[in-house]
Amino acid sequence: MNLTFDLDNLKEEIKAHAIDCGLDFFDVVFEMCTFDQINQIAALGGFPTRYPHWRFGMEYEKLSKSYTWGLSRIYEMVINNDPCYAYLMSSNPLVDQKLVMAHVYAHSDFFKNNLFFQHTSRKAIDEMANHGARIRALGERHGHENVEDFLDACLSLENLIDIHSVAIQRRTEDTESTRFLSKEKDASDRLGRIKAKDYMDGFINPQEFLQRQKDRMDEEKRRQKRFPPDDEKDVLLFLLRHAPLETWQREILAIVREEAYYFAPQWMTKIMNEGWASYWHSRMMTGHLCTDQEIVDFADHHSSTVAMGSGRLNPYKIGLELFRDIEERWDTGRHGAEWESCDDYRTKMSWDTGERKGRETIFQVRKLYNDVTFIDTFLTEEFCRQHKLFAFRFNPSSGQYEIASREFADIKKQLLASLTNGGNPHIFVTDANYGNRGELFLRHRFEGAELKLDHARDTLHNVQRIWSRPVHLETVIGGHGRLLTHDGTELREREWAVETGPASEPEDES
Amino acid sequence: MADGDLALYEGVSKIERDHARFRQIVRGRIKKDLRKYMARGELIGKKGHDLVSIPVPQIELPQFRFGKNMGGVGSGDGEVGDPIGGDPQEGEGTGEAGDRPGEHVLEVDLTLDELARIVGEELELPNIQPRGKRTVLAEKERYSSIRRQGPETLRHFKRTFVRALRRQIALGLYDPLNPRIVPVKEDKRFKSWRVTFVPESNAVIFYMMDVSGSMGEEQKELVRTTAFWIDTWLHSQYKTLESRYITHDAAAREVDQETFYRTRESGGTAISSALRLCADMVKQHYSPLDWNVYVFYFSDGDNLLSDNEACFRILQDELLPATNLFCYGQVQSLYGSGEFKHRLDENLKADNLITTEIRDKDEILDAIKAFLGKGK
Repeated sequence: MNLTFDLDNLKEEIKAHAIDCGLDFFDVVFEMCTFDQINQIAALGGFPTRYPHWRFGMEYEKLSKSYTWGLSRIYEMVINNDPCYAYLMSSNPLVDQKLVMAHVYAHSDFFKNNLFFQHTSRKAIDEMANHGARIRALGERHGHENVEDFLDACLSLENLIDIHSVAIQRRTEDTESTRFLSKEKDASDRLGRIKAKDYMDGFINPQEFLQRQKDRMDEEKRRQKRFPPDDEKDVLLFLLRHAPLETWQREILAIVREEAYYFAPQWMTKIMNEGWASYWHSRMMTGHLCTDQEIVDFADHHSSTVAMGSGRLNPYKIGLELFRDIEERWDTGRHGAEWESCDDYRTKMSWDTGERKGRETIFQVRKLYNDVTFIDTFLTEEFCRQHKLFAFRFNPSSGQYEIASREFADIKKQLLASLTNGGNPHIFVTDANYGNRGELFLRHRFEGAELKLDHARDTLHNVQRIWSRPVHLETVIGGHGRLLTHDGTELREREWAVETGPASEPEDES
Repeated sequence: MADGDLALYEGVSKIERDHARFRQIVRGRIKKDLRKYMARGELIGKKGHDLVSIPVPQIELPQFRFGKNMGGVGSGDGEVGDPIGGDPQEGEGTGEAGDRPGEHVLEVDLTLDELARIVGEELELPNIQPRGKRTVLAEKERYSSIRRQGPETLRHFKRTFVRALRRQIALGLYDPLNPRIVPVKEDKRFKSWRVTFVPESNAVIFYMMDVSGSMGEEQKELVRTTAFWIDTWLHSQYKTLESRYITHDAAAREVDQETFYRTRESGGTAISSALRLCADMVKQHYSPLDWNVYVFYFSDGDNLLSDNEACFRILQDELLPATNLFCYGQVQSLYGSGEFKHRLDENLKADNLITTEIRDKDEILDAIKAFLGKGK
């Protein structure tokens, strides 16, 4: 911490306000930085030390260029750590520093309390530094080029994680005893027959039922022979466990995966997190912190932060307005069956049950929700209309994005689709012994949006570099199923009509 | 805490390594396979109030991502079916999006000078060396000195009163309680000028274009964009820059800028006519001793076969010795044979002759780089 005496006092003052507001946060360490330091740290994702990689250099160039040419500047950056680290830009005027501090305390509260952050490491600064040291050391030993190339391959797969696996047990780990247990079952069980008296047997175990049971068990047998037995969404984990990698490669892959899981909750809660912080900074600023002459500067700054420019959705704005909306609705009781079934405009306009639970509700929401559930639960038709939301889609004939709909249902569906899985496609490992040749089969669960094909091809090549045997990706392009296959030297593609489905086994290449 | 802070920032200097590495990739020195993921910042701009985009090279590692038919949600006015600006998918969904620092987007007006600097940095264009003895020394007057005599309008107010104050103090006439200072004639100081000689490079650019029937709108657009950036860059290098425009079909004529970009003629093509005109103009007005002469010629490569000889002769004997740079940009057209570049390359070799092909907008950058990259 290198704050001036005044700023340090200010920090204590804001902290006291934040506590008064009911925020419960990790302590925050503020660092005063020059713009260049801020750009450097921001390029590294907010961390002072990361592993060496050109991608950070690229980010740095972009940030410093846009700062130099006056296109944008960073005014707030905070990292999820205990204590939280936040950065203040030394050239900012006092009113901005106040705003940033208030904003940061709310972020810290969110990091600490939101459920989806509970699995993240709170010693991330140290861990990132360790990862950096480790990868540097690996570079020394195995060649920086090799390490960087392998990192590139891993980073190109970094979104293939299962973001909910930290909260759900996806699979029961097989142990020797459970594996043999099933064989102990008695003969009748093996046929799936339900125990019954002889004269009832025909009714309790009719032929169709037995057939179904048999199918089910055959399926189960097949499943057990398959590898992996169930589709695996955590592709990185699967590669980490089963790909033939050298130890140093495994180590790099593990680091990339770990960091991906660390960052995942931040993109899962972008709207909420920013909304929450904006809600509290505006409340604290207008309530206590601004002096009379600062209020205009604050208003100016705040409005440009939450401005919805050029048709884009601004997470700050949406989050902030939704939190305010929730507070108002739960203050006046505008929710629940009674409210929804009421269709008299005038009654609705003056609806107030005196519930006064707004504040309590938003605190609950910030604890229990992520962006998907947040939008799903709290986005209302009135809200969409008020903020002029629309769904857009790409029109291939005009080559432009066009407004597709202003219907509430469409907007909500589209918004949820773009937030689900962090806006990433669902990709599964379905078979690691495809064609009994040890080839890896990935399946894209098609939900209406196609993959970017050129990227998919190159990404598949990267999967192949890690798996080392040929790899396949099944997806849908232009209404047709398509199988991309990369065997390390070349990429082949095969197409089929979706209704017929792909041949379950690969055709022999002749 | 001071020690801890040092430790915190020690690591930061490593960004320079990452940055250097990135620059190397962008320049294609290492990891050439990554270059294909490079997204070129748009470099197409217009003068005046229109937008100018600043190129920032970005390399996107391939990932399984959704393509264009994903769609999304935006906000604002507009009817169903209205196009929305830009590519809304860009800038979204980077892996660490959640922790992307909050940014404050400002609108900015760039002057052409700044723009040229950005272009120069991006294209890694060298600063152009003025040709040694061909620089002209220009007399320049600057008000940088002080005299005791002069007109009242040039009186140096501050110095005058300082002199007066000194005199009054020395004479004991100064009363701090009643600080009245009255300058007399000897106190007065006047601003005055000094004559300095500043080396000045003069430059003239000739833009020549084939406007025969085969050059369509698309080709003109390519020429226009290329010429604009060349103009911008050279303007940033030379204070006094003249531009001359020549169009030709079977015969050449000098035109103004407006006409240069607008006209569409038809008819045969004789490139030599334009070269002839250009060479004559250079001889008459722009002695190579005083002027840096740049010639940019654009066509679709179609020429009367019998005319080629004449072209080469004019180039060899007159134009090339007199110019810093003769650039030929051949734009692709449906009708043009694209022969001329080929012939030119075969028949003439000179240090200051650069030929390049511009097939589409993406190649403008490379063309400019080829033209100006030598720093002549």
